[in-house]
Amino acid sequence: MEVGQMQRRLVDYTKSLFMEGFLDSQFLQLQQLQDENNPDFVVEVVSLFFEDSEKLLNELTRALDQTNVEFKKVDAHVHQLKGSSSSIGAQRVKNACIAFRNFCEEQNTEACMRCLQQVKQEYYLVKNKLETMFRLEQQIVAAGGSIPIIEMSS
Amino acid sequence: MARNGPTWRRRTEKVDGFELSPSDSEEVHVLAVDDSLVDRKVIERLLRISSCKVTAVDSGRRALQFLGLDEEKSNTGFQDLKVDLIITDYCMPGMSGYELLKKIKESSAFREIPVVIMSSENVLARIDRCLEEGAEDFIVKPVKLSDVERLKDYMTRDVRDGVRNREGINKRKQRDSSDELSSSSSPPSISSSPSSSSSQPSPSPSPSPSPSPSPSPSILSSSAPCSPSSTLDSPTRRLKMANSDGPPSI
Repeated sequence: MEVGQMQRRLVDYTKSLFMEGFLDSQFLQLQQLQDENNPDFVVEVVSLFFEDSEKLLNELTRALDQTNVEFKKVDAHVHQLKGSSSSIGAQRVKNACIAFRNFCEEQNTEACMRCLQQVKQEYYLVKNKLETMFRLEQQIVAAGGSIPIIEMSS
Repeated sequence: MARNGPTWRRRTEKVDGFELSPSDSEEVHVLAVDDSLVDRKVIERLLRISSCKVTAVDSGRRALQFLGLDEEKSNTGFQDLKVDLIITDYCMPGMSGYELLKKIKESSAFREIPVVIMSSENVLARIDRCLEEGAEDFIVKPVKLSDVERLKDYMTRDVRDGVRNREGINKRKQRDSSDELSSSSSPPSISSSPSSSSSQPSPSPSPSPSPSPSPSPSILSSSAPCSPSSTLDSPTRRLKMANSDGPPSI
């Protein structure tokens, strides 16, 4: 596949992530912060997000598995996850966290466990999508091409 | 001095026998406080790309240590690294951003430093409380380039000049010789895609934000600083909604 085709494929793929709500404008913001002096900024931040999130998801699984669930603690973790997903533009994860927090407030264990499943699902989906996107970028760079900048009006 | 044209701030070459080093420039030094690693990375980059020097710490406690305000540890060495602005997250384990704000405003040495609060929760009561305690501004997360650019505006205009004028010459000399912060700011290299919010007439919430008509009453949670609370349709929120929310049109 030649570079032009690869670039078009990347643009289409990235656009679909926005259309489907996986990513929001905050992700564009991150891309704007990347330049030739910091060419890996987005990958670096997203990698931190992955590490952070997986830790939090483990904590949440443990916390909800207790006989006496400490909802304040659960809420604190969800709050953190909501914050970091919001900061990188992972919109669906963020929205799932918002729903989750409502059930924490209600102290509804069953609902919280369902929410956790939902959050996990959204997380792994966006992780998969972003990793695919980064792979496409790498292929373009390896072929000597440049990453096309997606202009969007926000 | 101006004959070479561009601003004298970031030149490093010799001019008329004077060696201008980066530390001699008027670069703003920001102390960023946030317990989230992801957010720290983002705010650091946002500040650096806006030509600020950044020190990022993960707690209010560490911020106080850096300033030399911590009762237990004294870090007199750091007091030479002049901080021009403190930007802190509100919700943090241990010391909250609000508590940090209070400590700074209570300190005779540091109360002049403008403090900006960041929060993902857009709660009018929280904003008011922070502004009343002396916060310069309140940013709703996620933080964007336009938010940081707005900060720089009032930093360069009134506040920072005021702070620096009070310093006197001696302090400035001290700072120049001891300025060894790791972060060298990268010159802004993005051809900025115009962010709509920077063209807003009054982007930052005024110290007394006018309450907006809202159907639901505010629920104040005073016990746990970061427990869930209902969001009000505050001026800040409205502003952000107008700027960037919703799926970008492609």
